[in-house]
Amino acid sequence: MSERDFQFTRRQSLKFFGAAGLAAMAPSVLGMGAARAQDTPKGQIVVGFSQEPTVFNPHLLHIEVDEGVHFAIFDPLFDVDAKGNFYPLLAKEVPTVENGGVSADGLTWKVTLRDDVTWHDGTPFTAEDVKFTLELLVNPDFRSWRRTGHSLVRDITVVSPTEISWRMESAFAPYTAILASTFIVPKHGFEGADPNNAPFNNAPIGTGAYKWKQRVAGDHIELEANPGYFGDGPYLERLVLKYIPDITVLYTQLKTGDIDVLALQWISPDNYEEAKTLPDRVVEVFGAPFFEGLSFNLQRPQFKERAVREALYYAVDKQTIIDALYYGVPQATESYMPRESYYYNANLPVQEYNLDKARALLDEAGWKPGSDGIREKDGVRLAFTCSTTSGNHLREQAQQFLQQSFREIGVDMQIGNLPPAVMWGDHWMLSQFDMALAGLSCLTGPDPDTSDYFLSTSSPAKGGNGQNTWVYENPEVDELLKKGGALVSPEERLPIYQRIQEIMRHDLPFLPIFQYANIRGYKTGIQGVEANINNRIDTWNVRSWRWA
Amino acid sequence: MARFLIGRLWQSIVLLLLVSLIGFMVLNLAPGGPLSQFALTPGMTKEALDRIAEQMGLNRPLPVQYLDWLWKLVQGDWGRSFRDNRPVLEVINSHLFATLLLMGASTFLSMLIGGWIGIRSAIRQGSAFDYAMTVACFVALSIPTFWVGLVAIFLFSLRLGWLPAGNMYTVGDGSFSDILVHLVMPACVLALVNVAIWARYMRTATLEVINQDFVRTARAKGLPPRRVLMKHIVGNALLPMITLAGMQLPTLLGGALVTETVFTWPGMGRLFLDSLGYNDYPVVMGLLMFSAILVLIGNLLADLLVAFVDPRIRLE
Repeated sequence: MSERDFQFTRRQSLKFFGAAGLAAMAPSVLGMGAARAQDTPKGQIVVGFSQEPTVFNPHLLHIEVDEGVHFAIFDPLFDVDAKGNFYPLLAKEVPTVENGGVSADGLTWKVTLRDDVTWHDGTPFTAEDVKFTLELLVNPDFRSWRRTGHSLVRDITVVSPTEISWRMESAFAPYTAILASTFIVPKHGFEGADPNNAPFNNAPIGTGAYKWKQRVAGDHIELEANPGYFGDGPYLERLVLKYIPDITVLYTQLKTGDIDVLALQWISPDNYEEAKTLPDRVVEVFGAPFFEGLSFNLQRPQFKERAVREALYYAVDKQTIIDALYYGVPQATESYMPRESYYYNANLPVQEYNLDKARALLDEAGWKPGSDGIREKDGVRLAFTCSTTSGNHLREQAQQFLQQSFREIGVDMQIGNLPPAVMWGDHWMLSQFDMALAGLSCLTGPDPDTSDYFLSTSSPAKGGNGQNTWVYENPEVDELLKKGGALVSPEERLPIYQRIQEIMRHDLPFLPIFQYANIRGYKTGIQGVEANINNRIDTWNVRSWRWA
Repeated sequence: MARFLIGRLWQSIVLLLLVSLIGFMVLNLAPGGPLSQFALTPGMTKEALDRIAEQMGLNRPLPVQYLDWLWKLVQGDWGRSFRDNRPVLEVINSHLFATLLLMGASTFLSMLIGGWIGIRSAIRQGSAFDYAMTVACFVALSIPTFWVGLVAIFLFSLRLGWLPAGNMYTVGDGSFSDILVHLVMPACVLALVNVAIWARYMRTATLEVINQDFVRTARAKGLPPRRVLMKHIVGNALLPMITLAGMQLPTLLGGALVTETVFTWPGMGRLFLDSLGYNDYPVVMGLLMFSAILVLIGNLLADLLVAFVDPRIRLE
């Protein structure tokens, strides 16, 4: 009931100020901006998720919703904001070549830590904890969810309680981005325990703005303010992460006011029009780092020629798919890079829906219609199967729509969808598909590196270890990715990754349709909710959330 | 009696073994496996997934995995959840109270109302009340519960604002009255269908008794009609209900899959759905064994109880 009471006082205060417009000014009127850190936390926010967070050790295998808890309880050495800039948290400053934190060859790292940080149980935070975390990630007995980058770290040395240094086996530019999503865990939380089953994993101790209070399994997680937090915040007495398994019910509870912020899995596009009209609710569309596209298996003889891929691209009516199926919410894109990224190339040629041009291209390339109207060349029919997750109705409708367009240019597309576990198993990973309709992200956090996806050696179908399931091979891209990965400064890397986008737009191993967008909703009066394409979860900056 | 119990025990063990074997096979026959959901995580590699599968013992041959699971179960170790790594029994235990509360309340409601409707329909067979209730029962039986739930939320929460739109309690409150307010809607929605079931059974059972000789004799002795109804008719009509109640025990603790999802009720039904969705095999197997055991216990209790109250039945 405290939540209801709180709303009441908020409404009272609105009346007090006379106008809703003034309420937005309230923080400056009350001088909150000046004395932020001293404010006693008050009130609570209930965040609604449609998946249940269950993994609280941030280094075990987990899904994105679990990071909603990690960001509240833990801190990385530094994090990345919405513009892609790194800012320090547990580290005094972000290590760069300029400040001497990283050597010019990228091999030696030195990080200075804050000296005023304590764990939630009162133990001081030191360089030993950082060392422990980096070692835990590559511990062979630990079910670490990701070792990329960490496996290159050697000779970790604790110079003093606030200084740590290590050597990299080879230079690896994305490591800064990886560290930005590596939460530091306390060494003393694991003493004498198997790290896979340590009690810590179900009652985490962190340095973050919120402390673990309790979990009611299947229902919610309750966190309370950490008054001794070293950084900005916390401003709330209590943060509740509520699990609501159905997105219709999730949206209903935003309407009734049972939840204050509707985060992960968001508002479904068909409810967008109505949601915009809700009183006392802020509803926003923001970009996600995924793009929807048609992936080719370039090993198939039908798709070897660029002309065929380009002709098919001409036959994709993006705007109709976006408007008719996705309620106009997402935006058409030409790149795998989200437009919010610093590295996004805005100058790529814009695709045109033009069936005549598509036919002309195919005629020119020598694909002649056979007796059944389907084009052929050298005994190869321009026929293939398009697969995606069965049961995804929007994608299935998009497929049927594309099937008709392709048919009009003499291309026969069959639909053969598979249950998710089969689709994204060997069928996808070992490139057993002809064409796949999928939502993909080729990036890891804010780093523009896509080696796992575009390097010719990253195809599992050819024994590689990555996700180049198109079996795409271009020596120039290989070269550029190697060059970009060894450079550290964003300004120097920019032209390289813009060029890669140009090449991908030209080579078309996949046909980008749109960049995903999500619709978030929260109660008017909540401040600090900010989209961040570089983090996977809306609560990335929950430490700064507050009521006006 | 002892021979009956020992016989039952053997039967139960064989049954449990079969249930576990079939359950395990069906789970593992389904394509994918517990790790497939992580394949599209940005930055995830096949190598990392293979390594984790090996660490979790998922790459061993299936018979080995099954025997390992069974051997541990016999020793009392139900395994650990793949999702939060807690012991399976602890996971089940943490969802038990919510389900017991919801199902207890709705079963109590439906037995009470259903029983009353059934008896009244039977003693006034062919009356307007009887026809109205028969129609109402069939309507209630054929409407999907999730739809009733959504309509109820729309009406009583969104439109009228009388009742909360779900959840078991307000976070931070959780007092008795708070839980009660939250319990009303899901319990009533669930009871709707069960009332219909109980009413139909009760009506049939009462009708069977009402025309028997001892009822006529009782009436002929000049006993007051109320006494005949309560003692002779209802008393005997309740006997088959004991068996029905025994069969209800597993649902009482098994929870309601759909209703718990619509009303965000953190019970066993949702635990089962979630565990299936995440391919959390140890918890799914645990729940399967748990409900199988409940079915066996429920039936055993019903048999014992019937034999106890009905002198015509002897267990051999």
